[in-house]
Amino acid sequence: MAPSFDHLRDEDLDEEDFDMDEVDISDLREKYEVSLEQGYDTFVVVDGLPVVTEEQKPKLVKFLLKKLNTVGKAREDSIDMPMGPDGKSKQFAFVEYSTAAEAAAAVRQLDFTPLDKKHTLRVNKFTDIDRYGREGRVEEEYTAPEIPPFEEQEHLRSFMADPSGRGRDQFVMFRGDSVGVFWNNEKDQPENIVDRPHWTETFVQWSPLGTFLTSVHAQGVQLWGGASWSRKRRFAHPFVNLVAFSPNEKYMVTWSNRPISIPDEGHPSLSLDDDGKNYVIWDVETSKPIRSFAQLDTPTSVDENGAPRKQKLPWPAFKWSADDKYVARLNPGSSISVYELPRMNLLDKTAIKIDGVVDFDWAPATVQRDGVKTYEQLLSFWTPELGSNPAKVGLMTLPSKQVIRSLNLFSVSDVKLHWQSEGAYLCVKVDRHSKSKKSQATTLEIFRVKEKGVPVEVVDTIKDTVINFAWEPKGDRFVIITTTEPVGPTAVAPKTSVAFFCPEKAKGNAVGNFKHLRTLDKKNSNAIFWSPKGRFVLIGTIHNQQSADLDFYDLDFEGEKPESDKDLTANLQLMNTADHYGVTDVEWDPSGRYVATWASFWKHKLENGYHLYDFKGEQLREEPIEGFKQWQWRPRPATLLTKEEQKAIRKNLREYSRVFDQEDAERINSADVAVVQERRRLLEEWYAWRAQVEEELAEEREVLGLPADPVADLLNAKTAAIAPGQEEQIIEEIMEEVLEETEEIVN
Amino acid sequence: MRPILLSGHERALTQVKYNRDGDLIFSVSKDQQICAWFAHNGERLGTYHGHVGAIWTIDVDPTSTILASGSADNTIRLWDIKTGKNLKTWEFPTAVKRVEFNSDGSQLLGVTEKRMGHLGTIVVLDVKIDVEAEQTDEKALTIVCDESKATVAGWSYLDKYIIAGHEDGSVSQYDGKSGDLNFNIQIHELDSPITDLQWSQDRTYFITASKDKTAKLITAKDLEILKTYPSDTPLNSAVITPKKDFVILGGGQAAMDVTTTSARQGKFEARFYHKIFEDEVGRVRGHFGPLNTVAADPTGKGYASGGEDGYVRVHQFDKGYFDFMYEVERERQNKLNQQ
Repeated sequence: MAPSFDHLRDEDLDEEDFDMDEVDISDLREKYEVSLEQGYDTFVVVDGLPVVTEEQKPKLVKFLLKKLNTVGKAREDSIDMPMGPDGKSKQFAFVEYSTAAEAAAAVRQLDFTPLDKKHTLRVNKFTDIDRYGREGRVEEEYTAPEIPPFEEQEHLRSFMADPSGRGRDQFVMFRGDSVGVFWNNEKDQPENIVDRPHWTETFVQWSPLGTFLTSVHAQGVQLWGGASWSRKRRFAHPFVNLVAFSPNEKYMVTWSNRPISIPDEGHPSLSLDDDGKNYVIWDVETSKPIRSFAQLDTPTSVDENGAPRKQKLPWPAFKWSADDKYVARLNPGSSISVYELPRMNLLDKTAIKIDGVVDFDWAPATVQRDGVKTYEQLLSFWTPELGSNPAKVGLMTLPSKQVIRSLNLFSVSDVKLHWQSEGAYLCVKVDRHSKSKKSQATTLEIFRVKEKGVPVEVVDTIKDTVINFAWEPKGDRFVIITTTEPVGPTAVAPKTSVAFFCPEKAKGNAVGNFKHLRTLDKKNSNAIFWSPKGRFVLIGTIHNQQSADLDFYDLDFEGEKPESDKDLTANLQLMNTADHYGVTDVEWDPSGRYVATWASFWKHKLENGYHLYDFKGEQLREEPIEGFKQWQWRPRPATLLTKEEQKAIRKNLREYSRVFDQEDAERINSADVAVVQERRRLLEEWYAWRAQVEEELAEEREVLGLPADPVADLLNAKTAAIAPGQEEQIIEEIMEEVLEETEEIVN
Repeated sequence: MRPILLSGHERALTQVKYNRDGDLIFSVSKDQQICAWFAHNGERLGTYHGHVGAIWTIDVDPTSTILASGSADNTIRLWDIKTGKNLKTWEFPTAVKRVEFNSDGSQLLGVTEKRMGHLGTIVVLDVKIDVEAEQTDEKALTIVCDESKATVAGWSYLDKYIIAGHEDGSVSQYDGKSGDLNFNIQIHELDSPITDLQWSQDRTYFITASKDKTAKLITAKDLEILKTYPSDTPLNSAVITPKKDFVILGGGQAAMDVTTTSARQGKFEARFYHKIFEDEVGRVRGHFGPLNTVAADPTGKGYASGGEDGYVRVHQFDKGYFDFMYEVERERQNKLNQQ
């Protein structure tokens, strides 16, 4: 109840011993104190200048102006460089910009700008200098910062060591409100490692090498890990929606659709410069923000009918090179901004201008091109037809920004770039329209990136529209899904065909031309999931009301090879077809031994839960779980074994597998024995209980003087009433059955 | 196991009952009529007319002479099975959701609905199993459920207790003579109504089905939970099979949600669980609506299910059913045979 005068008691009104002076209002004063620094917001202090004399001063000022004017407007007379009594400058200057925004931009962009080899500019706000450097804020005596004693941290990769010694993989499950991490136990109940209610507010995500589990909250993102599953990092990005890591877990990008608003009292990790930004790039090691970006206001494009096209959020907006050295963002239609890590400065201080650029992608691995000795990262991009200029696909090398290969294309309606996992191939899927724009067809332009001169091979035997494409990881085969019908939001999913391609056999180490292996018609499939180790592929129908087939294929089937395929490097075999009603997601475990499929509560509310299959498509487990949302296998970092060691293992696989088979058999046997014993116990228990109950019942009956069967007398009485004095009636029914029929011709 | 399809009802089935000999099946539905069927071939023996509301429940006395039915027209009626004559009508202020004869058919209990200011009650009526006799108007006993209304109820062994399942998921034990509440235990999840309660043959234990998607086996004496059978759908009915150690559960997506789901997702299957090991051992498909009621032949030869789809499906078990045994069961059997 809100206080009001009606409820005031007398003692509350007692003001006798109330002393104004005793009230401490210092906190209020601090809070509401009028800030006197206003008006100095346009000033910055430039530090780290070289020592100059009065004569050299104008030269330096001029030089400095060039730098300063890249972010705003500063005039010669707005630079005040104080000189010491010895006629030499004091290595700093005050600069006045025309607006506060320019001053802020100067601090953000010019701080740490190298002037020459010896000097680096430091730019600070004048008000900050005053705030931090005010009297009393800086101690007169220098005290060395205290270095906390070294604390042993727990091993973040302890998850690699399965306590059961079976090399099982972990996965996280998010169902209902709780998140749990489990060991995969194949057919048996997964072994729970940790389970916490309300661990995340929206979703969970592993970091790319499996070190951390990411939880997402309104206040920001948290990373968890180690054997204790304690919090390892936190990144306070308010109202964060999405998270993406760099491939090596060094950096993280967070995005919120709400621009960051820094409250007056400040923010624990973000500064005023981050105000109004949507993206923050963080250093995972230190949990410090490196740089923030605002959302690009993409011009709302219009389709042929003049209606505004639906804007899709480009995610990941920031794409990382394979080695975490660069991160790039597309400025649709004009350029690609490439930033250098760890400073997040724009590479060569300017975005790479590419007129009309629609999309780009980094090579997913650091590629060693034929005859190229220097360090490079590759990036592919494409531009549509502009006027009479053809559409273009380009392959650019960084940091030199040279386009090493480009391809001109005509009649292009859309292009998709598909890198093979090792960056050895880049497949450009080109959707072409005929002159009349009525029919569609797809060609595949495959860049052989590692070969000299980057030859491009064209696959143009496809008649229909390709709706899905996937390279075999670490391999050189691919699968496409095509449809003859236009793809649109139809109630019934279109009939599709699945086509397999592989290279021809070639001499030596060379990879032959890509050839069509087989096409399977009349499917509903719409998704391709390769095993992360290659060879096996699951092709399925997901997000479909009518059908949910999951086909498991082997591309290196060890059985007989059809004569027609003898020149090809694949032998295709359908291993199994499974059915998981309502499946929405599919994920292979990192070892390529198991596949999890699940029906997520986020997509629909029917039969939520998961299935677990082995790579052959044999179902191991099925568990319906109410409110099942998410499953994610814990990724594993790359193996530490050398190529030779891996080869040796593969050679002696038979030896190893014998040991493992034996272990498995023993484990299953002991589990079976346990189950049988448990059943035996249950059975004994039940019959013992029954015997006891029956005995009690008989006793009670006797005590009450009741007959053993309460109904027998009644039935006898009734029988007597129905047929008094009559014997039991026997009704016989004769059934005839023809056992055999034979025809005989007489004479 | 080819079922016999009994299509005599026009609306959703509410209860199916076998007589003690297992040769007759009685079914009631919301279409206001009672049907009697021959169990072995599905031929209709007759119907019983008189109710003017959906009929919720039916029971037959142990000698298969008299039928008792409870209906939404607020009456319990007794019928002469042979002639179809309405022998007696008791009026109540609200609908009758469950009737059950005691073990010798001398008493009948009825569960009345809580509605229009009337609390739910369990009434006990004295019955004479004689089509000629005059039935009394007096109630032998009235138990008022003031906490949560009873949805189902039944007589325990020796008519010692009346066991009632409630709307809040709890089960009560009342004294069979005085009607005093002995105790009440929260058996199912809070506020998931108990939808069915059926007895073992000797009435020393029973099975409950609930909307919380589980069925439980409970002792009559202490209301101790012996077994739990989890499923993936709200349950409407559960029965213990005689002779073999199974239980049959029936259910499906609630009727109001069914329009948005296909038969594939509705889980309209009868589920067989092993009574002692709690494992699901099999399912029987066929209905295209939720199963509202399942009943087992007291002689152990078959079972019948009644669905929201208006059909009764009568199944005769085949050889595989009788032969099926867990290894440990066979072991025990062999041991018994040797002795």
